[in-house]
Amino acid sequence: MNPPAEAPRIGVFVCDCGFNILGVVDVPAVVKFAAALPGVVHAEEYKYMCSDPGQDLIKKAVQEHGLNRVVVASCSPTLHERTFRRVVSEAGINPFLFNMVNIREGVSWVTEDKVQATEKAESLIDAGVRRVTLQEPLEARSEPVNPNVLVIGGGIAGMHASLSLANANRGAKVHLVERQPSIGGNMARFDKTFPTLDCASCILTPKMTEVKIHPNIRLHSYSEVVSVDGYVGNFDVTIEHKPRYINEDLCIGCLKCIEACVFKDARFPNEFDLGLAKRKPIYIPFPQAVPTKVLIDPHDCLYLRLGTCKKTCIDACEKDAIDLEQKPDRVSLKVGTIVVATGFKPFDARRKPQYGYGVLPNVYTALEMERFLSPTGPTEGVPLLQDGRKPETVGIIHCVGSRDKNTNEYCSKVCCMYSLKLAHLIKERTGAEVYNFYIDMRTPGKGYEEFYERLLSEGLKVIRGRVAEVTKAALTRAEKDHLIIRAEDTLAGFVRRIPVDMVVLAVGLEPQSDTQELRRMLNLSCGHEGFLQELHPKLAPVSTATDGIFIAGACQGPKDIPETVAQAGAAASEALSLIHRGVVEIQPYTAVVNEELCSGCKVCIGMCPYDAIGYDEEKRVVHVTEVKCKGCGVCAAACPTGAMDQQHFRKELVMAEIAGVI
Amino acid sequence: MAVVMEPPKEAQEAWEPRIVAFFCNWCTYAASDLAGISRVKYAPNMRIVRVMCSGRIDPSFVLEAFRDGADGVLIGGCNPGDCHYKEGNYKTMRRAMLLSQMLQDLGIEKERFRLDWICASCARELQTTVNHMTADLKRLGPLNWKGV
Repeated sequence: MNPPAEAPRIGVFVCDCGFNILGVVDVPAVVKFAAALPGVVHAEEYKYMCSDPGQDLIKKAVQEHGLNRVVVASCSPTLHERTFRRVVSEAGINPFLFNMVNIREGVSWVTEDKVQATEKAESLIDAGVRRVTLQEPLEARSEPVNPNVLVIGGGIAGMHASLSLANANRGAKVHLVERQPSIGGNMARFDKTFPTLDCASCILTPKMTEVKIHPNIRLHSYSEVVSVDGYVGNFDVTIEHKPRYINEDLCIGCLKCIEACVFKDARFPNEFDLGLAKRKPIYIPFPQAVPTKVLIDPHDCLYLRLGTCKKTCIDACEKDAIDLEQKPDRVSLKVGTIVVATGFKPFDARRKPQYGYGVLPNVYTALEMERFLSPTGPTEGVPLLQDGRKPETVGIIHCVGSRDKNTNEYCSKVCCMYSLKLAHLIKERTGAEVYNFYIDMRTPGKGYEEFYERLLSEGLKVIRGRVAEVTKAALTRAEKDHLIIRAEDTLAGFVRRIPVDMVVLAVGLEPQSDTQELRRMLNLSCGHEGFLQELHPKLAPVSTATDGIFIAGACQGPKDIPETVAQAGAAASEALSLIHRGVVEIQPYTAVVNEELCSGCKVCIGMCPYDAIGYDEEKRVVHVTEVKCKGCGVCAAACPTGAMDQQHFRKELVMAEIAGVI
Repeated sequence: MAVVMEPPKEAQEAWEPRIVAFFCNWCTYAASDLAGISRVKYAPNMRIVRVMCSGRIDPSFVLEAFRDGADGVLIGGCNPGDCHYKEGNYKTMRRAMLLSQMLQDLGIEKERFRLDWICASCARELQTTVNHMTADLKRLGPLNWKGV
């Protein structure tokens, strides 16, 4: 590395961050310490360095003191490194002659002792100054952004994001990938939505159709993303289309094949109805499914399972659309941005065995109740007991798998409201007496509390207390042949036993079971409860740590439909903002070779995970292909002669930082 | 092998161990940010040197830190399988195993050099790691390693 051309004139700017830093770190003392460091010609303190006056102060100091290097000691570089790089660049200094020292997340917020916090801040600033002294000017590389977008998940979030993107993004394609045979997600299962009680299908199905016919959307239903490589603006994606055993282009959805199937009765559990209704091996998930194409389940179809069948479906199909030899096929795409909208998984009620789900008759989850209440559901909109009677009393148990130390500690946010909605609908359809057992009634939201008040005035019975168990063991004649809900009524102060005909478990929302695989594929992080992690909880709620990948809906945490749609819109707009800018800056943290030191041993070539290092046979040295290098520095750590180094993380820079912190 | 003299009692109480921590940008540095945002307090003895990937950490960085006066060195990276750069952390793991053995041969106790996988949401794990390591180092006393 060449020594700096001119003597360093370093400015150190220490931020109080209101009282966030000032309250713990003795900032005036730190400024005094910094001013005495070698190379520092100016040091000062300001309340909010990131604010406009703070930025101006830096620019002014650069002019006044002829600074050629800048250190800002404030928050984490994750938050404001870009801001200050822009500021120094506007002041006429190369942005890579700037260094950010983290004394908020790294010091004042994590340290109790004020003396030790001040000492820590000083040593970090010492290291920062030593480092910036040796830093060299660099240029960020810019790359074009591919205008195509990948949207993963075809629920309400994915559909809304796709439509927003497709409407704005003239010419470019939105690739919407849904692993189920139909888009629509969980919302398609609902009958009504809270608090307005408008019909879910009426607002959802037009959107589903719009997605299907939109010229800018390519729908990949019954498909999964199998790999994602590349980086912001330039992702390479592989999608696998699972075989439907139907030629999608030919099938017109007449459903004659289903009628003609050798199975005269529907006898296999229908996934869309959560197994409550039956279907044939050749089926359509639900009447409004989009795309309206049939598919064959290879585990149920006689021909696909055993190899022999009369294949009456083929004879019935006038379009010759049935292809029993279909194989999975893969397509490769190039996209610039990705929206992840993979939704949630309902809590498995078997994990709370005291509530008898799967053991006692007439105990259902809330999602199953949604299907019972749907006019296209197994009982055509009227919940019925297993013996075919209408229930006279129904108990709804809140917080099953939420706010519970044994399962999930978080609140699933939507269950109170949907339980109230279910109570209203059950009452409306069956006339049953409904009891809601809750811990706290949580109804924040526009019109939500009013909905709760309405339900109370309709005569809903609410009991405050976590249910201990649901049992069949009757103690009195009135309890005989009923399910008995035993719960402490914490307002009345005694234990109640309420006999009911049917129990509904308000199950919480959990991350999809394969979130970890998805996270690995896309290089995202998850919070400790397993939902995908946003970049910043307040200021970057749909961005992720991986540039160009955005998250929307319940994959990020439990949320209701309005919030999900709002996030989907936000994710689409973030993606569009990248697309319209047209270029992304790639950090120049790439590997560089000092050819004079390279012995040509090729150790680095095997290290590189991106195949970015090649060997020059003539010169007998290695060379780095800059566009392929992602800047991890693993080659630099392995080089035995010190020929390989990483820009902005050069060995000298790290060594200077080490000397500074001690 | 270096013989470490027991320092006088008062000096031992005033002395604070110094840990140099090399954290990868994507997981462990993110965890340290999260610790800040969540106000998870931990021992003030650690100083973080940020690198893009734990795979960048040249064993000579660790030796340099000890030579400059560190009492302990901590490497933090992504969990196996979670590396932002596909597999940099596996290389770190292999290097660290060899390095740990070498440091012990040089008389530097095992507890003074740690490699931990700390994910981006693992603020509590970070706190535990730093606090435990600080306690271990207080028990061991100053290193005062003069290098090889």
